[in-house]
Amino acid sequence: MLERLLIISAVLFCIGLYGVLSRRHIIAVIMSVEIMFNAVNVALVAFSRYTVPASLRFPGAGTDVERFVLEGQTLAVFVIVVAAAEVALGLALIIALARRRDTIHISDLSTLRR
Amino acid sequence: MLPEAAAWLIIGLPLLAGVFSIAVLRPWSRSLWQYAGYVGIAGTGAAFVLSLIAVNGAMGNGDAGYEPHAWFAVGAIGAQDGFRMTVGILLDPLSAIMAAVVSGVSTVVQVFSLGYMRKDEHDANGTWSDYPRYFTYMSLFTASMLGLVLAYNLIQLFVFWELVGLFSYLLIGFWYHRPAAAAAAKKAFIVTRIGDFGFMLGILYLFLNRGEFTALGLNPFEIPAILDAAPMLSAGIATWVALGLFAGAAGKSAQFPLHTWLPDAMEGPTPVSSLIHAATMVAAGVFLVARLFGLFEESAAAMNTVAIIGGFTAVFAAAMGLAANDIKRVLAFSTVSQLGYMFLALGVGAPGVAMFHLFNHAFFKCLLFLGAGSVHHSVHTFDMRYMGGIRRWMPITYLTTLVGGLSLAGIFPLAGFWSKDEILTTAWSGAHAANTGVSQLVFWLALAAAFMTAFYVFRLIIMSFHGEFRGGIDSVPHEERIPDEAHHEVHQHESSRVMTLPLIVLAVFAVGSGFVANSLIDLGPVPAHWFSHLLHEDAPKFNIGIALASTVVAVAGIGLAVLVYGTRTVSFDGLGRLWRWGHRLLAERFYMDALYEDLIVRRALYRGLFLVSDWFDRRIVDGVADLAGWLGRNSGRAIAQLQTGHIQVYGVGVSMGAAVILIFYLMQR
Repeated sequence: MLERLLIISAVLFCIGLYGVLSRRHIIAVIMSVEIMFNAVNVALVAFSRYTVPASLRFPGAGTDVERFVLEGQTLAVFVIVVAAAEVALGLALIIALARRRDTIHISDLSTLRR
Repeated sequence: MLPEAAAWLIIGLPLLAGVFSIAVLRPWSRSLWQYAGYVGIAGTGAAFVLSLIAVNGAMGNGDAGYEPHAWFAVGAIGAQDGFRMTVGILLDPLSAIMAAVVSGVSTVVQVFSLGYMRKDEHDANGTWSDYPRYFTYMSLFTASMLGLVLAYNLIQLFVFWELVGLFSYLLIGFWYHRPAAAAAAKKAFIVTRIGDFGFMLGILYLFLNRGEFTALGLNPFEIPAILDAAPMLSAGIATWVALGLFAGAAGKSAQFPLHTWLPDAMEGPTPVSSLIHAATMVAAGVFLVARLFGLFEESAAAMNTVAIIGGFTAVFAAAMGLAANDIKRVLAFSTVSQLGYMFLALGVGAPGVAMFHLFNHAFFKCLLFLGAGSVHHSVHTFDMRYMGGIRRWMPITYLTTLVGGLSLAGIFPLAGFWSKDEILTTAWSGAHAANTGVSQLVFWLALAAAFMTAFYVFRLIIMSFHGEFRGGIDSVPHEERIPDEAHHEVHQHESSRVMTLPLIVLAVFAVGSGFVANSLIDLGPVPAHWFSHLLHEDAPKFNIGIALASTVVAVAGIGLAVLVYGTRTVSFDGLGRLWRWGHRLLAERFYMDALYEDLIVRRALYRGLFLVSDWFDRRIVDGVADLAGWLGRNSGRAIAQLQTGHIQVYGVGVSMGAAVILIFYLMQR
């Protein structure tokens, strides 16, 4: 089951990466970044569900550990929160850019070269 | 007996005086600059007094026998090829006599300089700035020579040998703003360096064969050890080491074919020439051979080389002296010739005789140079064609120069007669020579040189002191004048007392040093043959026939000079074209300078070897450096193409890189 979830995660990550590297529109790039975040979240939740390191097990918990360990899921919630903040910041930058440069096409923005 | 610390002070006091002048007097007390001369004289004079005490000690005890001090170890001590490098003072009769001559002559010359260098007292800034510099060089020059003389170790000797070369460079180029002086200083330095290369090779060859010494339990660089080991060395070692050292000696002592620097060295101040010629610089070569005579003695080839080079140079240089018009150049050729005599004496196996001639020569040659300096102070030119009649207003300079000239010519009973006679007697008998034929050959060369010597020195005296005055600096064409002397005028009066006093002192020595120091009979306080016996040698037996022959030859030379230049009853013009050619050849110094400077330096080196090394430097050395720069610049430019500024291109690169690392990592497992 873990392998299937990880494959879904990898596919999502690659879709997101492709979007980041290929889209010209900056909003689409931000959206692709969100897809990559979520690919990571899927992987986190999957690992949390199926693999737990011995150091995290409660004494006497036996093999039934899924009820007790939620670190991976917690981390996924954190990622969602941070991603929301990041999108807010990113959109603000895009608005500032649009006002200043009158463009939100990434190929027009090559000032790093200078 | 002199304690060892005092022996070190013989070197240390002139050194201290020089350092004091340059490090304290010159930077800190401008108002005291004019007293720099007294500092130098005090240091050198004190060294002279110590040297006299050392000579007195050497008379009683011979070698002072100071133990050398360890310096550093070469290899493992005790193992084969291992030895300990040492420094120390070797104070035996030879070095004591030499130290006394060096410090004594230097003191007299510095006293003379007090007067002579006064004309430099006010330079463009109205200061005495050249004064401390001059006396610093003089003191350090003297200290270097004393260090050379007293060195215990061949390496130590070589260090001071090079220091002597350095200070001679600084002194010859003292008036560095004159192009001729700067060129002469460079020439002196470079030509002697060619000889020093031979010296270095000799030292290296000695080092390569150090096993021969350590096997005997001796140190390969300590001079007494070399002399002890010399008879026991394998064949060839003595020859090659001796020839290497002789190359150095020939460079320093201006022997053919390395003699060209000495006449040019006349560009320095006259007292400097005097010191260089009398005791300090050129005597070093003769001293080196005399010091290591035990080594030379073991090799017939080396001895014959020394004798033939010496004999040839004696005639060759005297011949060039016949045609020179510059009073100092005549004296310079004379020095080269007289040094040839000394090497000739060494080559026929008589180091004591050579040192005796060095001893006498120091006084009369110093005297002649200081006389020339005194004359220059009056007429401000060295060209004898513009002198004449100077004896009328410079009686002291005239008489002392005459004494020096007679002594140089070898007239009985002046100093030059006795040592020249000993050289001729030794060469004639050939008793100590490696080859009697060579010894006889150089005897005739020496006799020929004696004739020429008498002729040129009286040509000099008659042209400058007799006849009508020909105007001095006033008649020198303007284009021939040295720029910073152009404004001088002729002063028809005797030089000041500070200059005439050294002349008188030296004249006394020029008369007496030969007869008194190595007398044929007991003279009360001085026993017979004092000088020879001090150097543990038997004086050659006085031979009345040879004494007469040399006197007749010398008088003939003087007579011819008087007839040609004095009474003008004889003229060479009758010889016509032959005379003009001969004169031209001599005046052009056998075209040796032209050969060296034009053919070897300009053509062979400058247009040949230097072109190749220039090409190598530009193409290969610079090429490699340029290639490194070109690679960096162009690879940078190529890599810069990757920087597009598009963030997504960078992103592709990062992703691909991460993917490659990931795949690589996975394949590892």
